Amino acid sequence: MRGKQDNRMGILFALPWIIGFCLFTALPLLSSLYYSLTSFSILKSPKWIGLDNYKELATDQVFRGALGNTLLFTVASVPLATAAAILLAMLLNTKTKGLAFYRTIFYIPSLVPTIALAVLWLWVFNGEYGLLNEGLKHLGIASPPWLTDPAWTKSTMIIISVWGCGHAMVIYLAGLQDVPQSLFEAAELDGAGLIAKTRHVTIPMISPVILFNVTMGMIGGLQQFALPYVMFPGGQPARSAYFAAMYLYDNAFLYQRMGYASAMGWIMFVITVLLTLAAFRFSRGRVHYEGG
Amino acid sequence: MAILARLNGGGASVASTHLSGAPFPVYRALSAPPNFLSWEDRLIPRSVIVLAIAAVGFAALVGTERAASRQSGSSRIVVTYWEKWTGDEMEAMRKVVDGFNRSQDRIEVKYLSISGIADKTLLATSGGNPPDVAGLWADQVIQFADAGALTDLSELARQSGLTESQYIPSYWRSITYKGKLFALPTSPGTSALYVNRDLMPEKYNSPEKFPKTLSKFEEMVKEVSVKNPDGTLKVAAFLPRQGYGTGSWPYLFGGSFEQDGSVKVDSDADIKAWEWVHSYAKRFGIRETQSFTSGFGNYSSPQNPFLSGKLVCYVDGPWFSNFINLFNPNVHWFAVPFPYLDGHPELAGYTVLNLNTLMIPRGAKHPKEAFEFMAYVQKQDVMESLCKAQRCNSPLSAVSQSFFDTHPNKAIRVFDALARSPRAFGAAPFGIYNQIGQEVSNAVDLMDLGQVEPAEALHEAQRRLDKNWAKYKIQVLEP
Repeated sequence: MRGKQDNRMGILFALPWIIGFCLFTALPLLSSLYYSLTSFSILKSPKWIGLDNYKELATDQVFRGALGNTLLFTVASVPLATAAAILLAMLLNTKTKGLAFYRTIFYIPSLVPTIALAVLWLWVFNGEYGLLNEGLKHLGIASPPWLTDPAWTKSTMIIISVWGCGHAMVIYLAGLQDVPQSLFEAAELDGAGLIAKTRHVTIPMISPVILFNVTMGMIGGLQQFALPYVMFPGGQPARSAYFAAMYLYDNAFLYQRMGYASAMGWIMFVITVLLTLAAFRFSRGRVHYEGG
Repeated sequence: MAILARLNGGGASVASTHLSGAPFPVYRALSAPPNFLSWEDRLIPRSVIVLAIAAVGFAALVGTERAASRQSGSSRIVVTYWEKWTGDEMEAMRKVVDGFNRSQDRIEVKYLSISGIADKTLLATSGGNPPDVAGLWADQVIQFADAGALTDLSELARQSGLTESQYIPSYWRSITYKGKLFALPTSPGTSALYVNRDLMPEKYNSPEKFPKTLSKFEEMVKEVSVKNPDGTLKVAAFLPRQGYGTGSWPYLFGGSFEQDGSVKVDSDADIKAWEWVHSYAKRFGIRETQSFTSGFGNYSSPQNPFLSGKLVCYVDGPWFSNFINLFNPNVHWFAVPFPYLDGHPELAGYTVLNLNTLMIPRGAKHPKEAFEFMAYVQKQDVMESLCKAQRCNSPLSAVSQSFFDTHPNKAIRVFDALARSPRAFGAAPFGIYNQIGQEVSNAVDLMDLGQVEPAEALHEAQRRLDKNWAKYKIQVLEP
């Protein structure tokens, strides 16, 4: 009886979320699936066209290019940002003076609004006045045109994503603080050095956190939109920074092809699900959970 | 919307099935008497269902806030007006709105500054809850009109005594489509060439002495541009891809984006125009141009290439004088029409125009009252005060002497004259103007990178646009 009462109370308190989920997530999701099978220009009623949008996408060179840019960015940025976040978390997990200050400093970037960030990065990467090129100049390194050369635009985006690893870092830090000290002591007794301890104790113990962050990072990478939209309007130069989400937005709102954009959204969704499943499959035997 | 209709339809069929006596377990389970399932046995008790209904009801009430607000306050009819502007431009229009609200006692215009106004107007119109007036751009007239999103203002204009003759023809053209009037203007723009007098040799340093033809202009560019000893660019006299309206160069060469009612971006004039644009990347060097332009600061900053002295000539609208005053008032400048193609004086007076407009979206609740406000803005004194405050020329054919004499842009007569030129052009006259802009821009990027020849890049853009245009005709233009 008590269990049923708890059950009811649980549902009661979850109700706002359930209603919100149904109205603002599930319904739009299902609607977009329907729209993806229609010709829909937002202002006119949708017309059923079956799989035509998906067929068109299969031969759309711009979509392929944007998808390629997105995957390349994700594949490059996620491991780099993961490595940077783990490294920073390990540094901040030591007993150094002023740790709270450093933690705050490294976390702050993840709090900056994306548009403000984009404008600031435009200055940092400016070919003449930019801080980055100024630094490179002092080191005697030829400064590349980060924003105007198609060969460098994706690198620019990757650097920014690594810089924003503070959020993941905090999660890694929490994970690191959960690693029992006794395991390190045991490893030390066995003669393990820093690298051996990291490899055989730290990484396995925080592997669930790594899986979580990598999965979230991958999803975030595939949804990359606001930063390149502001920094590289239209994905210019030569669509080198044109990401799938930007092409989706352009189709939905600039070209008024909501049906086509919906189909694109579903393809991105399927890709995201497949990559997430692949990540989970890959993690089998590599991710260690407490108690099993 | 359609899926909602389908769901509603589904709900209706459930009810009718039940009423006809056919068994329908789900419906019966929910509508059965209380003793059908005891409260303890129910997964979702009545209190929870009541609460859910209350929550949905509350949401519905909040959703009708708009309707209530239209009637709130006084007995005046509230006209909602969405506008894109912020800062000084927003305040300039606020004065106009306040003036209108004071001028009569029946209508109150509620003025809201909205970011992403085009998207929001589109969605609000689609959802049947648009503002009464939307401050969009003239570029969007065709696309929105094709989609049936705009109210035809022709009859309202006739009743108000607003006629074509009151407007500069190029601006009137940009607010009409298929013989119907879909918008009224606010502040417009035209492009002219700003020239930094201090960086110009004496033989070019006044509007009278500045080159009038393209070949003379090219000579000037060679003479004035400066390279560093290592071959990098120090100062460029001009870069055709920097500034305002730089996607419209085919008009300078006598081309257009249209041929026989279809999109055309690879005509001979187009190829000639973009080859000319591309000649700058070849002349200065691909790497050098990339490196040089990567050092340009934001448009509205002292590092703007014209304001920092990196570019000597810069195409922009009348508002740019305000940025000069704000960020580098020490720049001595003049403005001239862009030089014309040699041997073609009939092509002189080329300019790119755009226009801020007021439109009444389909489904607006108070179109007559909204139009009354829009007509008020068209009064010469009101329009001139707005345009002057926003540093623009006027879209009206009649302009007062004091407008010219007191305008903050000292070259306002140049912009006004260009607006009246038969060579004044707006956006490509198609609902797919955005795709046209993006495809052409991408083609020119590829040319400038040396990856493809101009003709080949434009043919590829044409192929893609042909497909887009065909789709647009089926999806939007067909009833």
